[in-house]
Amino acid sequence: MATVNPVTTSNPIQTASSAPLVEVRDLRKNYQLGETEVHALRGISVSVQSGDFVAIMGASGSGKSTFMNILGCLDKPTSGRYLLEGVDVSGLTKNELAQIRNQKIGFVFQGFNLLGRTTALENTELPMLYSKTNKNDRDRRAREALAQVGLADRADHFPSQLSGGQQQRVAIARALVNHPRILLADEPTGNLDSRTSVEVMEIFQRLNASGLTIILVTHEPDIAQFTKREIVFRDGHIKRDDVVEVPHMACEVLKSMPTIKD
Amino acid sequence: MDFSSAFVIALRALGRNKMRSSLTMLGLIIGVGAVIAVIGIGEGAATKAQEQLAAMGSNMLFVGSGSVNRYGFHVGSFQTKTLVLADARAIVRECPSVSAAAPGTGMGQQVVYGNQNWATQITGTEPQYFEVRNWPFVRGTSFSEDDVTQAATVAVLGDTVRRYLFGSRNPIGETIRIGTLPFKVVGVLTPKGTSAGSNQDQDDVIIAPLTTVQKKLLGQEWLRWIMVSAVSRQASYVAQPQIESLLRERHKIRLGDPDDFLVRNMADMADAAAQQGSVMTVLLTIVASIALLVGGIGIMNIMLVSVTERTREIGVRMAVGATGEDVRLQFLIEALVLGLIGGTIGVIFGVGSSIAVAQGLGWPVRIPAYAIAVSTLFAITIALFFGFYPATRASQLNPIEALRYE
Repeated sequence: MATVNPVTTSNPIQTASSAPLVEVRDLRKNYQLGETEVHALRGISVSVQSGDFVAIMGASGSGKSTFMNILGCLDKPTSGRYLLEGVDVSGLTKNELAQIRNQKIGFVFQGFNLLGRTTALENTELPMLYSKTNKNDRDRRAREALAQVGLADRADHFPSQLSGGQQQRVAIARALVNHPRILLADEPTGNLDSRTSVEVMEIFQRLNASGLTIILVTHEPDIAQFTKREIVFRDGHIKRDDVVEVPHMACEVLKSMPTIKD
Repeated sequence: MDFSSAFVIALRALGRNKMRSSLTMLGLIIGVGAVIAVIGIGEGAATKAQEQLAAMGSNMLFVGSGSVNRYGFHVGSFQTKTLVLADARAIVRECPSVSAAAPGTGMGQQVVYGNQNWATQITGTEPQYFEVRNWPFVRGTSFSEDDVTQAATVAVLGDTVRRYLFGSRNPIGETIRIGTLPFKVVGVLTPKGTSAGSNQDQDDVIIAPLTTVQKKLLGQEWLRWIMVSAVSRQASYVAQPQIESLLRERHKIRLGDPDDFLVRNMADMADAAAQQGSVMTVLLTIVASIALLVGGIGIMNIMLVSVTERTREIGVRMAVGATGEDVRLQFLIEALVLGLIGGTIGVIFGVGSSIAVAQGLGWPVRIPAYAIAVSTLFAITIALFFGFYPATRASQLNPIEALRYE
């Protein structure tokens, strides 16, 4: 890793206890959109501790997607610092960022983004293709990850043979397979019906309970109620940053919902 | 990403679009096939031409009686009466580069054996003719010097004449009739096949002593031609001007007047044939290379479409940790696989079509290993070259935009 915070080291066990997992200081992002300059982020400062479960909300254009892209190392800030496990990510090269995405970050998208005509197992293996994992380990770990989301028996199905909720669970398995430090989900329930949404949140809560840090973007206040912390964006600023006093438990909510399928 | 997984991914990606992949390869298949067919057929033709020229006799020169200029008209070849036996003797005596010379004349005539008859060419010459033309006997022997001196009615048969008159019987000692004259068969020659250029059947001939043909069949004293053998192929180039100046002197042709004879050098003909062949090969190779190039452009076209179509896939791969190089490698390997499969099918196609053409024309098949190696390598290089731009474009995609691509 290029630059290391002098106070901490890159040892994940030490950093986890001594520094926040994500620390963002005065983050700004400007776009040139034709003639006009768009200020998508106007000085964001926030930190997320390891084990947290954060919902990011806000109207479209509030800067939350830009923020998620920077957190996910898909984009670089115009100015400001972003420390991931104490490592300043803003100065890394494209290839170093790719490695961080591969090793430390798991992505879940609104549109699932599974590869078509590729089995659930192979979709889950995808991140390991870029991390020098041998074939046997790939197969074993992908099956483990699919079991974690309850799809062990669908390993050989193609996305077209799976329901939306199942496809999203494959995507979650793919995000988990390299044991990331943080899971980033961009409107993961946006394309799902309400019961399936709660099912996905149930998986997230379970993963969070076992120690995984999750940050998700959502439009729906109901979904945010399943997390531990709600950050609301407006016009490139953080408008509100509250703890969810009593998070809803997805497993309880599911019991009160009518079962339709699965 | 390790190479073998990349290879498997490429094969899968191509397998998902079988029709498109095969159409993409078609250009390369035709290109490689054409290169191999052209080289294979060209080499076969060259080998055939060399064989035919070798069959005509090694280091041979042909001296023919010339055309006559009568009132401003050139009248045919073999018309002048100036080429005589003494010229043949003088060529051997005076030209150091010449080892032997066989004087000769000839005519078309009907021959009869029993109830079989056949129209063929009668050649009158001397026994050294068979050495000059490098033409061995299957059965019997040549007629002798004495036969020539005595104008004996003996004959040597070419293979075609033997086959038509005698079939499977042994002709040695039998008597045939040429025109009205009976001849005793003393020898049968080995088959020589058709001659280079004219495609004449060289075996459709009866050879008899010069004097017999001149006096008893033709009633002419002069020669139609002299076959000259030079001491080596190199010497045959020197022999030509030597013979020309000797004959001009003997025929008392004044400076500036045209020759009343013509000298042809078989080595020159061989060179001309070889050169003609190589010019054709170069031209056809250029055409085939253009076909390969078009195939390459086809690959680039389809790969650009494929990259656009798979923008989201590229975005996903980048999001989960693929570097630009990983993405480029993936598309380059797809191009490589296209080149490899297309090249291999092209080789099969090319070898097959050159064998078919060679068999159809009765040529030997010669497909040099270098042709297969070079054209396959060329196909792969072209595929990689034209795959490089689309692959690089894929590798430079912005993952955020790629993920949003609809």
